[in-house]
Amino acid sequence: MPEPILSIRDLVVEFATEDGVVHAVDGVTYDVFPGETLGIVGESGSGKSVSQLAILGLIPQPPGRILRGEAEFEGKDLLKMSKKDLRRLRGGQVAMVFQDPMTSLNPVLKIGHQIAEAIQAHQDDVGDKAAKARTIALLELVGVPNPDRRYDQYPHEFSGGMRQRAMIAMAIANDPKLLIADEPTTALDVTIQAQILETLKTAQEESHAATILITHDLGLIAELADRVVVMYAGKVVELTDVQTLFAAPRHPYTVGLMDSLPRLTVDEEWLRPIPGQPPSLISRPPGCAFHPRCFLSQGRTRCRTEEPPLRVIGPDGHLSACHFAEELVGQSSKLIDEPVAGASS
Amino acid sequence: MTETTPEGDVKFPPVVGAGADGATISPATPEAAVVADLPDGIDLVHESGLELKSRSQWAYARRRFVRHRLAMVSLVVLAIILLAGAFANLITPYSFAAQDFAHSGQAPTFKAHHFFGTDVLGRDYFSRVVYGIRTSEKVALIVTLVSTVIGTLIGAVAGYYSGWVDNILMRFTDLILTLPGLAVLLTAAAFIGTGNPIRVAFILALLFWTALARIVRGSFLSLREKEYVEAAKAAGSGDLRIMFRHMLPNAVGPIVVNATLIVGIAILTEAALSFLGFGIQPPNPSLGKLINDGQDVSSSMWWLVTFPGLTIVLIVLCINFIGDGLRDALDPTQRRTRA
Repeated sequence: MPEPILSIRDLVVEFATEDGVVHAVDGVTYDVFPGETLGIVGESGSGKSVSQLAILGLIPQPPGRILRGEAEFEGKDLLKMSKKDLRRLRGGQVAMVFQDPMTSLNPVLKIGHQIAEAIQAHQDDVGDKAAKARTIALLELVGVPNPDRRYDQYPHEFSGGMRQRAMIAMAIANDPKLLIADEPTTALDVTIQAQILETLKTAQEESHAATILITHDLGLIAELADRVVVMYAGKVVELTDVQTLFAAPRHPYTVGLMDSLPRLTVDEEWLRPIPGQPPSLISRPPGCAFHPRCFLSQGRTRCRTEEPPLRVIGPDGHLSACHFAEELVGQSSKLIDEPVAGASS
Repeated sequence: MTETTPEGDVKFPPVVGAGADGATISPATPEAAVVADLPDGIDLVHESGLELKSRSQWAYARRRFVRHRLAMVSLVVLAIILLAGAFANLITPYSFAAQDFAHSGQAPTFKAHHFFGTDVLGRDYFSRVVYGIRTSEKVALIVTLVSTVIGTLIGAVAGYYSGWVDNILMRFTDLILTLPGLAVLLTAAAFIGTGNPIRVAFILALLFWTALARIVRGSFLSLREKEYVEAAKAAGSGDLRIMFRHMLPNAVGPIVVNATLIVGIAILTEAALSFLGFGIQPPNPSLGKLINDGQDVSSSMWWLVTFPGLTIVLIVLCINFIGDGLRDALDPTQRRTRA
């Protein structure tokens, strides 16, 4: 196995709020390998985005606080890096695509200038003309028509899809080694989503960047990801490759997620959501955080008292944090009629 | 934020088609005529010129401002006054200090070009008022520039960094705000001396930046939470670049409006100071000093108080109206224009 480009070890991020300490990310560990796409799924507040923002030094401190952990990027620990070095890294070797393209572009600056600025901020030797030429080439690459003319336009003259393309162009402007896409299609129309997916793929191929795709859309995961991290209440509960995840999930939460997807083959009147609410991150349930909603737990004491470690339960390093993951063997496919790729959660 | 082009650009084809020879072909329906009149019968939108022309934010602001009647009138009046001051040496018939004893105490007249009359020393009051405008201009320009720069810097730093930086800077701002302005000005004038308009201007500037600092801080506090600021951070932009390239342009509206108001306040305060004898010293004419000069004899020579006074009122009114117009124009949520 090749060396991981990013390896996060036991990352703990907390936020001090008036109601108490929010354990947003609680001991998260995973690797990202060069060229792969790692999907991170989980519901709102499961810590998907915060873990990424934290390693890039983008969470406000205070109230945020990185309690412990390591985030090694190409051998250097991002959490120990100086602010200046981290700033050089951001937008350079590690770039981000944000969720909402309507608000992520500065309304008073021309699109072209924003991208050109991102280039020149990291490559001092690039002149104005070269930066403009590169920007226009990038806009063309991500499928913005008339890039020459579009270069001089303001964000309000761009549609949502076009803006997200511009954001992607900006993200790959400096040939990043790691691209973090934080719910890149959530704010867009379904029809535009498909186009942006294509654009993302193009951008990935062009930059050969490893990609972290943060989403709650299992369809997007099925489409783009190579491996998947499933997060729940600030913890990784399952980690495996995308085929295994959809064919043989080994955590009841993942099974529940799959089960809640609408099926195209069966005439259903009701969706089957996971019962209950996501837990409060201020006072997590004892033991396994998922046990109050779990169909597998059925009141077993061990779920309530003992926190399940993330352990290897299958081939190719399939990890699951469930005491009774083995009970799902051969069962999960019965619980979920069929994996539904392309449908949205 | 789109609007169609002005009516002039919208070219609908004529409803009833006319042949080249002018003979009217009578179609069965008007619709048929429209279609018949189009060269290709397709591409209606393109042919009718209904394409939406995009406008920048500034174009919208300009439009709104131009439609603000009071502001436009004020702008013209102010421009005339300011130009008169700027080219004082070209338009005044006399030097501001030249004495004409034959006509001392002359009421306003067109004879010998004493439009605003003369004072007891026989100095032409029109010339003195115009030179007074020039002095006010100098003072207002410096006060506005210096206080806007100080206020913007302090407000931007406080709002961007927040926390203890914000606390220190804002308590300092509060401190300046609590100072009784006129008392400080009089003391400062007595200590470091006045007479020089530039010196007076700097004293004023050091007192006038507080309101702007608070406004800019407020804008920056809200702007720093914007996603494009986070995006700029994620793209590796440094603090200075984020503050002055990404955030400042978004806060420019209130800054410009405040600057115009400071111009008015500066002119007024300078006049008040000079009236009290602590501002500009003779022989430099200043509008406030002119009123003071004329005060003693105002019962017999009404023009000595009236003309400089009117000039001050006119300037400050115009500036305030322009400020109003700018505020409306720079408010992007406002689509409609007020008269």
